Amino acid sequence: MEFDFAAEQPKFLMLMYGLIAFVAVVGGLLLLLDVVPAWFARRRDERLVAAVASGATLPRWRKPREGLIALFFLLPTLLFLLVGLVVPAIRTTLLSFMDKDSSNWVGLANYSWLFSEDSIVRVLINSLIWVLLVPLAATAFGLIYAVLVDKARFEAVAKSLIFLPMAISFVGAAIIWKFVYAYRGDGDQIGLLNQIVVSLGGEPKQWLLESPLNTFLLIVIMVWIQAGFAMVVLSAAIKAIPADIVEAARLDGVSPWQMFWQITMPSIRPALIVVVVTLSIATLKVFDIVRTATNGNYDTNVIATEMYNQAFRYQENGQGSALAVFLFVLVIPIVIYQIRNLRQQREG
Amino acid sequence: MAFARSRQALAIAGVLGLALGATACGTGNDKKSSNASKPECAAYEKYQGHDGKKVTIYSSIRDIEADRLDQSWKQFEDCTGIDIDHEGSGEFEAQLGVRVDGGNAPDLAFIPQPGLLKRFVDSGKIKEVGADTKAMAEQNFTPDWLKYSTVNSKLYGVPLGSNVKSYVWYSPKTFKEKGWSVPTTWDELITLSDKIAASGTKPWCAGIESGDATGWPATDWIEDVLLRTQGVEVYDQWTTHGIPFNDPKVADAVDKAGTILKNEKYMNGGFGGVKSIATTSFQEAGTPITTGKCAMHRQASFYANQWPEGTKVAEDGDVFAFYFPAVDPAKGKPVLGAGEFVSAFADRPEVQAVQTYLASGEYVNSRAKIGDWLSANKKLDINNVPNPVDKLSVQILQDPKTEFRFDGSDLMPAAVGAGTFWKGMVDWINGKDTTTVLNGIEGSWK
Amino acid sequence: MTTATPTVPAGTQATGPTTRAARVRKRLNSRTATLVSIVIALLWTIPTFGLFISSFRPEDQIKTTGWWTFFSDPQFTLENYQEVLFSSSSSGQLASYFINSLAITIPSVLFPLAFASLAAYALAWINFKGRDWLYIAIFSLQIVPLQMALVPLLKFFSTGVTVAGVQILPAWDLVDEQKFAQVWFAHTCFALPFAVFLLHNFISQLPGDLMEAARVDGATHPKIFRTIVLPLITPALAAFGIFQFLWVWNDLLVALIFAGGGDETAPLTVRLAELAGTRGNEWQRLTAGAFVSIVVPLIVFLSLQRFFVRGLLAGSVKG
Repeated sequence: MEFDFAAEQPKFLMLMYGLIAFVAVVGGLLLLLDVVPAWFARRRDERLVAAVASGATLPRWRKPREGLIALFFLLPTLLFLLVGLVVPAIRTTLLSFMDKDSSNWVGLANYSWLFSEDSIVRVLINSLIWVLLVPLAATAFGLIYAVLVDKARFEAVAKSLIFLPMAISFVGAAIIWKFVYAYRGDGDQIGLLNQIVVSLGGEPKQWLLESPLNTFLLIVIMVWIQAGFAMVVLSAAIKAIPADIVEAARLDGVSPWQMFWQITMPSIRPALIVVVVTLSIATLKVFDIVRTATNGNYDTNVIATEMYNQAFRYQENGQGSALAVFLFVLVIPIVIYQIRNLRQQREG
Repeated sequence: MAFARSRQALAIAGVLGLALGATACGTGNDKKSSNASKPECAAYEKYQGHDGKKVTIYSSIRDIEADRLDQSWKQFEDCTGIDIDHEGSGEFEAQLGVRVDGGNAPDLAFIPQPGLLKRFVDSGKIKEVGADTKAMAEQNFTPDWLKYSTVNSKLYGVPLGSNVKSYVWYSPKTFKEKGWSVPTTWDELITLSDKIAASGTKPWCAGIESGDATGWPATDWIEDVLLRTQGVEVYDQWTTHGIPFNDPKVADAVDKAGTILKNEKYMNGGFGGVKSIATTSFQEAGTPITTGKCAMHRQASFYANQWPEGTKVAEDGDVFAFYFPAVDPAKGKPVLGAGEFVSAFADRPEVQAVQTYLASGEYVNSRAKIGDWLSANKKLDINNVPNPVDKLSVQILQDPKTEFRFDGSDLMPAAVGAGTFWKGMVDWINGKDTTTVLNGIEGSWK
Repeated sequence: MTTATPTVPAGTQATGPTTRAARVRKRLNSRTATLVSIVIALLWTIPTFGLFISSFRPEDQIKTTGWWTFFSDPQFTLENYQEVLFSSSSSGQLASYFINSLAITIPSVLFPLAFASLAAYALAWINFKGRDWLYIAIFSLQIVPLQMALVPLLKFFSTGVTVAGVQILPAWDLVDEQKFAQVWFAHTCFALPFAVFLLHNFISQLPGDLMEAARVDGATHPKIFRTIVLPLITPALAAFGIFQFLWVWNDLLVALIFAGGGDETAPLTVRLAELAGTRGNEWQRLTAGAFVSIVVPLIVFLSLQRFFVRGLLAGSVKG
């Protein structure tokens, strides 16, 4: 294989520019934040001295400076978010009230379409099934496995195997499972699931065609990927429970069952919340799995896939945007929960 | 986090970064030098004068086919000094919209759907073709073909490649061994199917899985049958929504297609039952013909590229295709087909030069010689077409008796033609009844 | 703000039960647990393993028999990998795409990492009005589907920003490898909400006394950030870094839109999608291709796993 290294050089140069830019931006910002407040502090001291000397009231400085510094810390994030997400979110919301060419306002027509078209209602129901089942199943599995593996030998290996699917892209995972569900009408089965069915004396099936079973089979893929994430986080949380608490409970003769509900669960609650929230949002946005495995056919469609089809493949900007806005709406309960959480944290 | 500590190095790096960034923006593309004086370049004289210019093309053509494209305009590039930069994507239809709306449109795009083309014309993105291009197109194509890229009597694209879809693939070898003969009417086709089915082989095989375009081969079936049962007038009304999608005439055609597609006795040779059609990829759907597990497969001329390596495609070879027979020969010889159109999103002179060139006889013959390609371009010399199926297609396209009709799903709005129609056909194969499916599609057409 | 007793971040003390009694008990309990957990782990791995075995089987074998027949009838070939890695095509050498993937991934991980940790610090430890609302706002931006951001962001690059007819920012006008900058920018935007969420979870639970003490000593926020916070959050940074690395390395859509599909800029995923996409159910290409694409993330993940676990732990458990 010939490989022309010279031709690749511009790429490395570009990568170097990127790294230099990174150092310049981040370093520059920190430098700025260090130098400017120091200068302000010097000036304040001078004024303070002057004020004391002249007997005037002491000026208040502290508060506005905190806000200003926070602004600089937040500046890059806010700028990127503004350009990359806030503007698009506003634009999408506006588009959802317009027709497919985004040339006329149509009011709520796209939203009434959302709930009147049978195939779209199916999409909404499927998404609901996904977002209820995936976080639940993945978290439950992760938790059980974390408890189980906590006492096991070869713990690191076992955990790595469970976590392995996280490293595989959604598309790759969907391909792997399509292979498991594969069906041959003629000759030997090449899919594992059908092979098992056949060896148990059953008839091979086209699994991905059987609604509503197929939605659950796709959910299995997502759970397979995400359970490792849940397991790793929860396992770490379990290990972080102070040993003396566990020991004290044990000396009190607490049964393993009681131990789990009274000691383990309360201790890992924050970790559980992070897992469930992260998984819920990831599930709401699930796109590649459905697209690769069934392309939304056979009643398996979900919001993100249909949104992409409407907005990009059918050029129905209004309807696609309405689906996206519906996604925003679905996340509101999670947001409210986060607000409550944050309040509790601040007060506690 | 050493970067935070050494401030000096950092400041230097920052300044350096800005300086380097500034120089980086100044670099241009490598220029190609033209060889306009060479003898073989005489044919490209009218395209001269754009030395060192770059034209970007975006299409759905990838892999080997993309290599062939690059090869086909190589000489043009060498002679004119225009650098043609082609990019193919499997997500072409969706990505083109994103790029155009994002202000990052390619100079030229090969658009296979007149419906999509119209959408970009309506939003004012596609440029009307230049005078030279228009003259070239009118000289080389019939008005029938140009009407698909004409909006409000202005031309917005020139046809490029074409294909013929009204084919049934079969194995001449097997047919000869078993004493079967190629049917020329619908009744003969059914008689033959029954005969094959009785012999224990499933006569037909089909597959409509095609990634995010799953369903399209079934829409071709319906369109082909509708053309045969109702004729071209009804077909035109149907594709333009002059009659509802669920008109009884259409339902009738769908049911007629169903007598083959949804017939467990006929389907699906080599793959299983009728439902396996939904999950069989269109690329491998015809391959059981080579192993004798299936006798017939209705698919377009471009299926010639899909046979396993070493399969001889010829009238006396391993596989070949016959014309999908007419139901009522009195209703003429309808042919379903498709093709792509070259549309311009920029009107720079070099872009128009390339667009004109792609409509010219020089180009189509240059491309055809490389293989597996044909065009409705009148300048195409049939002797330059190596593949026997493509030869047959060129004959059909150039036959004055042929009533050519463009693939209806490409003419409909994308939400129907590339959306509910495809998905509806998947449901239909998967067991839903004709009326429910057609009503659903009609409901989505606004 | 918080009255918690000073503790070391939980991640660093995760060593399990320390008393001898606990260890003995653990050993007694461990046999069934070990067995069950290993069986589950193996079950979990079977789908990937099946694909892995298949990638070494000849094409006609993959298509006609199950991968498990490999054990009774082992037929081994490297042809699938040969085809995926070196098949001739205008699309260039795979190595080229590999370099593109690297050039895209490294800055796309570093930028959000730095920006998000700065922002998370400000949201957790600097007092200013409305910071909780700002945090919630950034958190909820996680749900914006990145597909809907493609067109506006592309417009931002290709035509700049114009407000009321006045050009505020010019178009970027990048060519060839310079387009990497667009991809970095896009990935940074899309990664920030989750990064801020994760890092805020962690930073806000650092012991408050530590900060107080530093403030009393007259340390400025940048100094606290640099000298106290950064060293403490390295595990969390590593954790998010791996996440972002996996995400960017596996991404197809963002790269396709902002880098294009040529061998000057397109990453590995674009090339593999192309291989898999033009020929339908070609399992032999898909299997080998899938493995080529997961090798690097796998190596990165396995080698950094230790940090990853610590980081996530620390990010989610109250100290």
